[in-house]
Amino acid sequence: MIPAPFEYVAADSAADAVDLLAKHGDDAKLLAGGHSLLPMMKLRLAAPAVLIDIARARDLSGISVDGGELVIGATTRHADVASSELVRTEAPLLAHAASLVGDPQIRHRGTIGGSLAHADPAADLPMALVALGGSVELTGPAGSRRVVADDFFTGFFETALADGELISAVRVPRRPGMAWGYQKFVRRANDWAIVGAAAIDGRIASPAEAAELAADGTSPGEDIHADRQFRQHLARVLTRRALEHLS
Amino acid sequence: MMQVKLTVNGEQRSDDVEPRLLLVHYLREVCGLRAANIGCDTTSCGACTVLLNGESVKSCTVLTAQAAGQEVVTAEGLAPDGQLHPVQQAFRDEHGLQCGFCTPGMVMAAVSLLRENPSPTEDQVREGLEGNLCRCTGYHNIIRAVLAAAAQSAGSQAEVTT
Repeated sequence: MIPAPFEYVAADSAADAVDLLAKHGDDAKLLAGGHSLLPMMKLRLAAPAVLIDIARARDLSGISVDGGELVIGATTRHADVASSELVRTEAPLLAHAASLVGDPQIRHRGTIGGSLAHADPAADLPMALVALGGSVELTGPAGSRRVVADDFFTGFFETALADGELISAVRVPRRPGMAWGYQKFVRRANDWAIVGAAAIDGRIASPAEAAELAADGTSPGEDIHADRQFRQHLARVLTRRALEHLS
Repeated sequence: MMQVKLTVNGEQRSDDVEPRLLLVHYLREVCGLRAANIGCDTTSCGACTVLLNGESVKSCTVLTAQAAGQEVVTAEGLAPDGQLHPVQQAFRDEHGLQCGFCTPGMVMAAVSLLRENPSPTEDQVREGLEGNLCRCTGYHNIIRAVLAAAAQSAGSQAEVTT
């Protein structure tokens, strides 16, 4: 399968990417690892006229500490998040979630910002960021703003990103030694989650109560893999397991 | 068309390509290197796995333009002078293939895995190869081959240090 033709431009920096986005407008899509976008383009579900490659913008990648938060550049790859000693120590749930994305080849290309911007509800990183109380830094023509994960994800594949904006970084609170749990139900290796559950300590309910809340408080979609009732059942079981196996 | 410069199996290349040309098509059709196979074409099966800067990637989901300025190695590049790479030799010794279609991708994924983790456990090999499918289901010997390659390279390092 071959994508529809497009023009390719590479951005040197976040500022350059913002300028290129302003110049090309709705016709353009950002390309980081390309592991969500290129498959869609091959299936002609997306056909942008211009691809702006941000993988070469050095100021968009890397992992650092800023006060009480970890700052992870948007184009930092899943493999680098998963293997980072800093992330493993300060936000172990995030390192674990990154280590479960796709397979090794996918983790060598896919990026944290790309996964969050794609906002697939079955993906690992959006769930992990919400559980951790993290936020994203969005950069556009008017400068940067921060949006907490809860507000960033507005729907199925929908986010609070405005026209002309890009995710420049991801921020998560530093919490070394925190207890966390992570459960994911898949049909096959390397598959999207049918249901996932991420938990951190911070007691607001017993595991049994939280499991009921997870099952009753969500309205999962239905598809060929699982109906709504089965997904709610999984939400109940996986939430209880995530809480019972905090590590 | 755009010009891309990259290194393929140690050779510096410069080619005019369409921006939409996928790396696997570039390798097969422009470079004439047919080791990387196109299987599922949807980032699932791993038959098109090559090394990009030493790390395994699925070349059906990488644009040639994204590889510009970087280093690509295909299975052909593992044995440039006909001397098999230890992982290739181990696949041969352990009969780690049946029809052979998945083999170049399996070998490249295994090379990348062993670079990141030179002494993996069996479980780590199984998980490390989860991005590669063998539709002959010949996984047992593939796992055995990767473990044999790891043991052999550990052995040769021990010889050097003693």
